[in-house]
Amino acid sequence: MTLLYTILALVVLGVFLAVVLFVVARRFHVVEDPRIDQTESLLPGANCGACGFPGCRAMAEALVKEDDISSLFCPVGGADTMKSVAEFLGKAAAEREPEVAVVRCAGSCALRPDGTAVRARLSTYDGARSCAIEASTYSGDTGCSFGCLGQGDCVVVCDFDAIHINPASGLPEVVEANCTSCGKCVKACPKAIIELRRRGPKGRRVFVSCVSRDKGAVTRKACAVGCIGCGKCVKVCEFEAISLENNLAYIDPVKCRLCRKCVSECPQNTIIEVGFPAKKI
Amino acid sequence: MGDVLIALAPALAVSTWVFGAQVLAITVVAVGACVAFEWLIQRYLIKGPATIGNLSAVVTGVLLAFNLPSSIPLWLVILGAFVAIAIGKMTFGGLGKNPFNPALVGRVFLLIAYPVQMTSFPSVDGSSGATPLALAKGVIKGGGSVSDVMSQVNFGDLFFGNHGGSFGEVAALALILGGLYLLARKVITWHIPLAVLGTMALFSAVLWFVAPDSYLSPAFHLLTGGAILGAFFMATDYSTSPMSRSGGLIFGVGIGLITIVIRIWGAYPEGMSFAILIMNSLVPLINRIKPKRA
Amino acid sequence: MKTFPRGGIHPPSNKLSSGEAILPLSLPASVVVPLSQHIGAPAVAEVAKGDRVVVGQLIGKAGGFVSASVHSPVSGTVTAVEPLANGSGIKTPSVVIAVEGDEWLPSIDRSPELVPECRLEGPEILSLIADAGIVGMGGATFPTQVKLSPPPGKKAEILIINGVECEPYLTSDHRVMLEHPSQVLVGVGLIARALGVEKIFIGIENNKPDAIELLRKVASEMVRVLPSIEIVPLKVRYPQGGEKQLITAITGRYVPSMGLPIDIGCVVQNVGTALAVYEAVQKRKPLIERVVTVTGKGLGQPSNFLARIGTPVSALIEAAGGLPSDAQKVIGGGPMMGRAMSNLDAPVTKGTSGILVLGASEAARCAETACIKCGKCVTVCPMALEPYLLSRLVQKQRWDEAEAGAIFDCIECGSCAFTCPARVPLLDWIRLGKTEVNKIIRSRLSC
Repeated sequence: MTLLYTILALVVLGVFLAVVLFVVARRFHVVEDPRIDQTESLLPGANCGACGFPGCRAMAEALVKEDDISSLFCPVGGADTMKSVAEFLGKAAAEREPEVAVVRCAGSCALRPDGTAVRARLSTYDGARSCAIEASTYSGDTGCSFGCLGQGDCVVVCDFDAIHINPASGLPEVVEANCTSCGKCVKACPKAIIELRRRGPKGRRVFVSCVSRDKGAVTRKACAVGCIGCGKCVKVCEFEAISLENNLAYIDPVKCRLCRKCVSECPQNTIIEVGFPAKKI
Repeated sequence: MGDVLIALAPALAVSTWVFGAQVLAITVVAVGACVAFEWLIQRYLIKGPATIGNLSAVVTGVLLAFNLPSSIPLWLVILGAFVAIAIGKMTFGGLGKNPFNPALVGRVFLLIAYPVQMTSFPSVDGSSGATPLALAKGVIKGGGSVSDVMSQVNFGDLFFGNHGGSFGEVAALALILGGLYLLARKVITWHIPLAVLGTMALFSAVLWFVAPDSYLSPAFHLLTGGAILGAFFMATDYSTSPMSRSGGLIFGVGIGLITIVIRIWGAYPEGMSFAILIMNSLVPLINRIKPKRA
Repeated sequence: MKTFPRGGIHPPSNKLSSGEAILPLSLPASVVVPLSQHIGAPAVAEVAKGDRVVVGQLIGKAGGFVSASVHSPVSGTVTAVEPLANGSGIKTPSVVIAVEGDEWLPSIDRSPELVPECRLEGPEILSLIADAGIVGMGGATFPTQVKLSPPPGKKAEILIINGVECEPYLTSDHRVMLEHPSQVLVGVGLIARALGVEKIFIGIENNKPDAIELLRKVASEMVRVLPSIEIVPLKVRYPQGGEKQLITAITGRYVPSMGLPIDIGCVVQNVGTALAVYEAVQKRKPLIERVVTVTGKGLGQPSNFLARIGTPVSALIEAAGGLPSDAQKVIGGGPMMGRAMSNLDAPVTKGTSGILVLGASEAARCAETACIKCGKCVTVCPMALEPYLLSRLVQKQRWDEAEAGAIFDCIECGSCAFTCPARVPLLDWIRLGKTEVNKIIRSRLSC
């Protein structure tokens, strides 16, 4: 008898709750475009916020909602992801060259040694390990007030384990395979040293690895590899890709044809080439 | 941390004198096991810099040992140390991040999993092995009156540790000395110990005053069980107690209330460990009470 | 004895130079005068390279309402007007003057006689203070005439003069009170008249009984020419000299969160400022020099110097016996709130109350360990904040929660970092958070 009552009670309870669930589900049903779910599954799911939305879901909603999605771009997934999303939604995809974070400071510990002609480490910072705090405290521990402070704010913000401080140089290095060009490190760097640059054909690119706007003499005194604004690279460039402003050269990644003349011309070895095969000797 | 060890030394000496060298063996095993587990976990699981230098594992080991009967088998001590360090502390990220007092986590685990070994206390001077609190509970449950209990208990013995119990909690006088040392060195403030002991005294005094035949006196409550050890050494653990002094008062009052409730109406004769763990779980809530601003 | 109600610490006082009389420092070969030595808009240069200037001549005009004029501290030739590194190595526009002789503006009264009487009205006093470029001399460097002009609708009732000097090591205010008590008191009277207040207190920490006694004596002697001034001895406890702490200690009133002292009718001025006001109003001497404590356990002769603005810090250290061999850190200001300097060629400015040289053992900042939640930072915080929580929130960039935790009320006294047994650089993080949260609040107010 007890058994019967138990079974009966449970059945009644089950039926009652099923009815409640059914009514609630009907009553509060939200019509959602099924494409949102599918679009979201096409996105990388990193939820990094690099697209400008709080997460992949919000990006997917925007992609489904907007007619023109050319202004929406997922830097993590890159052009391939956007192409597949656009194909799925039947809209025109945004075209953008794949990018990667580059660190524009080469003033490593070895190049800023104590007590030599290039006297660089003038003080020692012993506050909290944060570039933002060090930058707000003083000009930095070398004669260069533009260079990398090396406390690793960029490393802390990276969600993809794509940037690390090299203990030998004290500078951050980007793991290109992991970098999704989400731009968090660019925002985190108080000295604005990190730049998102196109990866370039076959991953080849040329850039000025310095952001010092000091006059040449000041830079030369502080760092062996700082841009002194001499303008030799500007003269040697056949494609007018290099501009010089505030004692600092900048190579336009679109105009640059990767001829590398500027690299050999630079007296400070500030211009860096990446991804080219090793020179035959 | 070093100060805490110094403050615990007199109680350890008294316990060794009362219960014999076994006490030292248990303490050494507990400390060794705690330090070893912390080192291993930090080295191989967390893969961080060694943290045993801060002596917190040593303190946990000593406190765990103090909460064990001197007749306990050594393998149980090692098991308790594992639960205390691995589950009570390192799971949460180590020192400062653990919500519960690690030594008590280990102790309560042993108490629930191995109740027989954890409550068989060796006899002292021919008296029964039961703790005074267990004795009292038995007598009162059996329909006896408080005076029957009192005839079997000598207050001087309570003060000097000459009675049954976990070996670190019996020596009231030595523990009070240690607590005063911590207060003098400003390692702890008076707020938590006073709130715990004061609440226990007040609560039990009210009951005792109403029905002196069915309830034990405040002095008995304060001098037995883990009251003093808990109030001065376990409840005041930095990581697991509230940040502010006023929060400490609330925390201490809660421990005092719960302890007496468990002792009088609960299934266990002693409730200090449970009370501290319960209030530990409320610490994040207490910390949300912001300091009073003008 | 009066004190502020909550928190606080007792750092060792180390007042090495409290018995050293103020010595005028000899003129340097050249001075660097920054145009921004105050909070607010920088002054605008009034001179150019090659100009001849004399002592007291205006070289930088106040660049806005919240700004202060800058005067030449020496006579000589302007050799450059360009950005130069300050103590933190950050370049700020400065005037460089090569010193030639010591020729003063003829309008300045250089006689040592006390001028106790003043027939000027409040607004005239205010304009003389503004013309003299006076700023808060305790280190905050807020332009004094702005602080003495309450916004419409608010009225000052109480003037509090800050002679607490709770920072360890520093003795410049103490020496000013001992050596120029009458001048300070006349200056206090002038400030009170400019504000139109009757109630005046001077708060002095109880470790300076000589100053308390002397000021009381002089005040009673000068009772004929001065308003009544009450000297209040205060308990020795850091940060007794914090503006908000001082107000509460003396009046029992609390400055509201995000508010100013004037909201509760109080104005606080430093004793050094009172002396500068006296000199500006009664002697027509602009702010061109100040008393600087140069101290440190390794220094040959810890001293109190009367130094011209613009004198290099290195010259002051040289005059105090030179940098000891174990010197590790030089701090501009006191050990609690001062800033380590990376550039010793930087000049003395209007806010430089002290130069502190720390040896290796004192300067070392121990390695940080895990927070054990001991709650000591909460206990010592004089503003009833939760430093452990705020620093965590800042590290996680949770600005809204930091704002809810009233991070902007932090007075940056450093008590939390001083007391932390885990050596967490709490103040470093909180300061960063304060900047960020203030930015967010300001942007919210503007839209």
